[in-house]
Amino acid sequence: MAALKLRWGAVFILIFVSLFLTCKCDNVENSNESVRDKDVDPSASQAASPGETRHGEESSTEEVQAEKQQWHTTEFGINDALEADKADSKTLNDSPGDSKSFTPPPAKDHFQEELVIRPLHSGDIYASFQFGIQLDTDFEQEEKKVSHYRLFPKSLGQVLSKFSVQELHISFTQGYWRTMQWGQPFIPAPPGAELWVWFHNTVLNVDENWKELTNVLSGIFCASLNFIDSTNTVQPTASFKPLGLGNATDHRFLRYATLPREIVCTENLTPWKKLLPCGSKAGLAVLMKSEKLFHSSFHSQAVHIRPVCKDWQCSGTAWELRQTLGVVFDLYTSGQGKKDWSLFKMFSRTLTEACPLASSSKVYVDVTDNPESELFDLSPATPVLNTAVVLGDRRTYAVYDLTKAVTFGQLRSLNLLMRWKGESGDMLRPLLHAERYVAGFGLQTGEIHTLIYNNHPYRAFPVLLLESVPWYLRLYIHTLTITSKSRENKPSYIHYQPSKDRLRPHLLEMLVQLPPHSVTEVTVQFERALLKWTEYPPDPNHGFYVGSSVISALVPSVVAMDINSTLERPLFSSFFHTKEESSYFVRVYTEPLLVNLPTPDFSMPYNVICLTCTVVAVAYGSFYNLLTRTFQVEEPSPPLAKRLANIIRRIRGVPPL
Amino acid sequence: MGLLSDPNRRKALTSLLTRLNTPICVVCYLAAVAWFMGMAFEPFTLRTYMSENAMGSTMVEERFPSGERALATAREFAAQKKKVGGMPVDWLVKTMQARGLEVFTQSFSRTLPFPDESKERFMVRGTNVYGILRAPRAPRTESLVLSAPCSPGNSNNQAVGLLLGLAQYFRSQIYWAKDIIFLVNEHDLIGMQAWLEGYHHTNITGMSFTPLQGRAGSIQAALSLELSSDVITSLDLVLEGLNGQLPNLDLANLFNAFCQKLGVLCTIQGKLQRNDWDTTEGYTVAAQTMMLMVLKQASGRPWGDHGLFLRYHIEAATIRGINSFRHYKTDATTLGRLLEGMFRKLNNLLERLHQSYFFYLMPSLSRFVSIGYYMPAFGLLAAILLLRALDLWVQIGSPAPITQDGVGEAEPPSSPGVLSVLTPIAISHLTGVALYTLPILSQDMAVEHFPVSETEAVVLTAIAIYTAGLALPHNTHRLISGEGTEQGWRLLKLAALLYLAVLLGCTALINFSLGFILAVTLVPAAACVTPHMPKSLGALAMVLLSPGCAIFYCIFLFQDLQETPVTLPECSVLFLSVISQGILDHTLYGSLVYPLLALFVYPCWLLLWNVLFWK
Repeated sequence: MAALKLRWGAVFILIFVSLFLTCKCDNVENSNESVRDKDVDPSASQAASPGETRHGEESSTEEVQAEKQQWHTTEFGINDALEADKADSKTLNDSPGDSKSFTPPPAKDHFQEELVIRPLHSGDIYASFQFGIQLDTDFEQEEKKVSHYRLFPKSLGQVLSKFSVQELHISFTQGYWRTMQWGQPFIPAPPGAELWVWFHNTVLNVDENWKELTNVLSGIFCASLNFIDSTNTVQPTASFKPLGLGNATDHRFLRYATLPREIVCTENLTPWKKLLPCGSKAGLAVLMKSEKLFHSSFHSQAVHIRPVCKDWQCSGTAWELRQTLGVVFDLYTSGQGKKDWSLFKMFSRTLTEACPLASSSKVYVDVTDNPESELFDLSPATPVLNTAVVLGDRRTYAVYDLTKAVTFGQLRSLNLLMRWKGESGDMLRPLLHAERYVAGFGLQTGEIHTLIYNNHPYRAFPVLLLESVPWYLRLYIHTLTITSKSRENKPSYIHYQPSKDRLRPHLLEMLVQLPPHSVTEVTVQFERALLKWTEYPPDPNHGFYVGSSVISALVPSVVAMDINSTLERPLFSSFFHTKEESSYFVRVYTEPLLVNLPTPDFSMPYNVICLTCTVVAVAYGSFYNLLTRTFQVEEPSPPLAKRLANIIRRIRGVPPL
Repeated sequence: MGLLSDPNRRKALTSLLTRLNTPICVVCYLAAVAWFMGMAFEPFTLRTYMSENAMGSTMVEERFPSGERALATAREFAAQKKKVGGMPVDWLVKTMQARGLEVFTQSFSRTLPFPDESKERFMVRGTNVYGILRAPRAPRTESLVLSAPCSPGNSNNQAVGLLLGLAQYFRSQIYWAKDIIFLVNEHDLIGMQAWLEGYHHTNITGMSFTPLQGRAGSIQAALSLELSSDVITSLDLVLEGLNGQLPNLDLANLFNAFCQKLGVLCTIQGKLQRNDWDTTEGYTVAAQTMMLMVLKQASGRPWGDHGLFLRYHIEAATIRGINSFRHYKTDATTLGRLLEGMFRKLNNLLERLHQSYFFYLMPSLSRFVSIGYYMPAFGLLAAILLLRALDLWVQIGSPAPITQDGVGEAEPPSSPGVLSVLTPIAISHLTGVALYTLPILSQDMAVEHFPVSETEAVVLTAIAIYTAGLALPHNTHRLISGEGTEQGWRLLKLAALLYLAVLLGCTALINFSLGFILAVTLVPAAACVTPHMPKSLGALAMVLLSPGCAIFYCIFLFQDLQETPVTLPECSVLFLSVISQGILDHTLYGSLVYPLLALFVYPCWLLLWNVLFWK
């Protein structure tokens, strides 16, 4: 059936290509529904003639053409895709001449791509791709069913509307972000897979929607998200607030789950790349060559969907899809101890063009530490510098706009290159970081320690700590202690939901005030449960994972601490801290834990069963027999002659012998 | 069981067992010793084989190139060590940081209960330095440890140099899936204990240390390296850990596999493997190797820095480079390759090492005796105790018909003898408690009143209490309940036999060697002792078979097997130091041999002594 549909899809392409060739100057409108929706009766759309498909919609043939081809690239192999790309770029190059004849309609969606490169103090390079698509439609409105998708991936759009998702955040991470060496990431994520979803408050059965949604996402991202069930799903009350519009506070509509064991590889990257409007054919996405991306110290890819304001007046809501990918390259290992980097060295590709569908396509390089270029040389040099306060720190970025031909120079390719001249200074210690470990030994009990560091010299700030622990570690919540500076620290808010065996995990949320320049230690003891023998994974001796705990905080900004910056700025602007500079939101994930549970020796269940059965059958039976039986000395049976005599005597009525 | 439910046949069986009791016991004892010695005979043992799939099928290619540079680092380290006059902490931190590791330090201090004369330390204060090589794309859940002790004097510099060289080489490799911790520990075992307790955030031995700053998840395996010369002739593998714990046999197999691959001579217990098992010399070497392993395991002390890891369920071994006068030498590069290979294989592990044996004895590096093969030797000895107990039970209970299944019941039947049994039991255990606690508690007093050092005071107090105990139980018993009856000593001996059987059985399950050695010496004494023996002869035999003398024989045998034979006076000096070491091991690392001997085995032997002097 699916093959049949694909074939029909191919037929459409042929029809529209011929249509495009024959009626190029004709202002033809196509029914978006018939183009995009494969479920439509094929005979009806096959019969669609140019005249019939004329609608009042505001998109030109070229645009529809481009979009259609774009969207079919993912379905029809690479050759088709390459041709489509050529056609695409041709169309767009040709289009200015044509579009003068009519007013371009206001785009319902637009696409932005950017790459931020930040040389880290440890000598590693952090490259963060962000792709944003904004779609000015509200999925929730029942009467206005969305069936036209241009840039926004249809697979996600359908999922959003079907399951009434209000906000969706999914991340796949391989490796652990080393906060102490690397500072804060732009988009934090825990090792493994993380999924949190706010459902719309009209949903009646959230759990059912959640279950189906995880299964669908599992298919879309080729990940084991279908292993998310009630035993690893929690409903945090405070830690995960909606990031988009909407004032949802009822955490019954929130579901949060992590799979710390999930291993992220190319099979997860490919479906992720397919969601991009240009795939990995053009724009920044050409850099994403999986063999390079996975030859790194850290890899994290994510998809965030949230409702945002349509315009600056917030006259309506729009959907924002943000795809992010962060990689940390360890150039020490691959570059013979040299810290120099270039795009080619990192990705074995260079940039030649922006994605034609992107409204903006930029590369940012963090040059904050290099105001007079005494530390390193960046080539090609760019005059465009951009200063922004990022994560509480004022950073300066060199900006390369890929939509301008100047950027690519004469070689028509952009290969950013950085040569180090001197040693960079020490990194400012991250103000907030955390670590976690299991204390104790043996297979019976243990203790989870979570250390939260506040490195701010004089400011105390509160943090929200979320711990979700699987049921097979039975937390002794009465042993929960929180100490900072060797004094008890009473949390101002605490939410604990005890686990139920095989049903739900422990959830512990706390609001803890961190004193300045201190380490706060949260400890709780646990007992290791003995599982049923079918509940052990195939490699039980590997251990069991406990997901990262999440620390969310508003951290006082470094900018506020910085005295030097006030010298450069006008005095009138710098007396009070402005809001965005005074504090910033940070989410820190601790490392996941690997805990060994008491594990039976699975190599000999048969022996054990045999032995146990034998012991029970033989030993117990005989002992029971021996203990309950009363012993009597048996009279020897009379000889035959005597018995015969007795019978005769009984007949005679005489008492026996 | 049908046999036992028939009173006639039951009677026949018991009479058979009582009649033939002594010959059966003698046969059992001889069979046990023969079985034990037979385990060293190669045809009776199994060849080792790699059980863990993740380490078996693919041989990794070792490329470690910079042995010479490692030796240069070692010389630099030696110079720094000399300059600082101890562990060059700052230099180590800087060197490790330059190699791209996350470096942390831990300082610790420990006051010993009494001065350790063999190592000349009392107030120990030191610093551990460790660097963590973070594996790319790994979430810090698993790690491996490579450690090298920073020993005083000129030893072990090469180990630290090689460790740093390996750190540099490992840093530039991409294939690590587990974090690797490079640890340089000061004051050998004390530093290691502090680090392990800090890492697992426990405190079982009352050490004071600063908490660790960096961790790398659960440690899967650890190797400790000891190397004191630039070239070596052979590598010795040390397996015996605290309380006789052994690492998984796969770790030994891994070492053996890489030694074979790289052509490095490898030994265990310092004995090279021989191929001529059918000759007397071949068998002797195998027997010696196994006996050494048994003696070391029975001692319950960690024989290398690895020994303390085993408590935390971390498979660990010490690799010791030996430079003898052999012609064939191995350089540091090969040694580095060997370690690289082992680490890469351990890195491939998907689960903890658990596939192979945890209970084994090794007559050579490629042969092993598993628990199933060595337990019968102990079982035969334990059977003697049970047979004697059965005999006594029949003798006691012959007037009253009681089922004989109650062999396992330690409680004597209610008879006028209960009090007469309980008193000696209580008294001998109190003596045991005194032996356990007093030596350390009363050392100050002893030093005040006698012209001895503190260490000597502790050891001599222990010996004094031990000897005093010999005079105690029967005398007090006589004071309380007068002359003992015939039934009384039988009851007491029955209780002592069953107690000993349970005690040795439990010990042998945990530490076979200790259980077996105790059984070999205590079982004859327990089986033969009666009040009717000639007193002086019996007393002499009992003393010679007491646990204290067993330690003495073990030391003598150990020295002899190590090819450093000692005379009797030398041996008694060693005996004193072994006792002090035993007490120190207990307080410093939590070794359980001393409390076991003092609190259980010695009182049990006192009960038997009491039986001898019943009348």
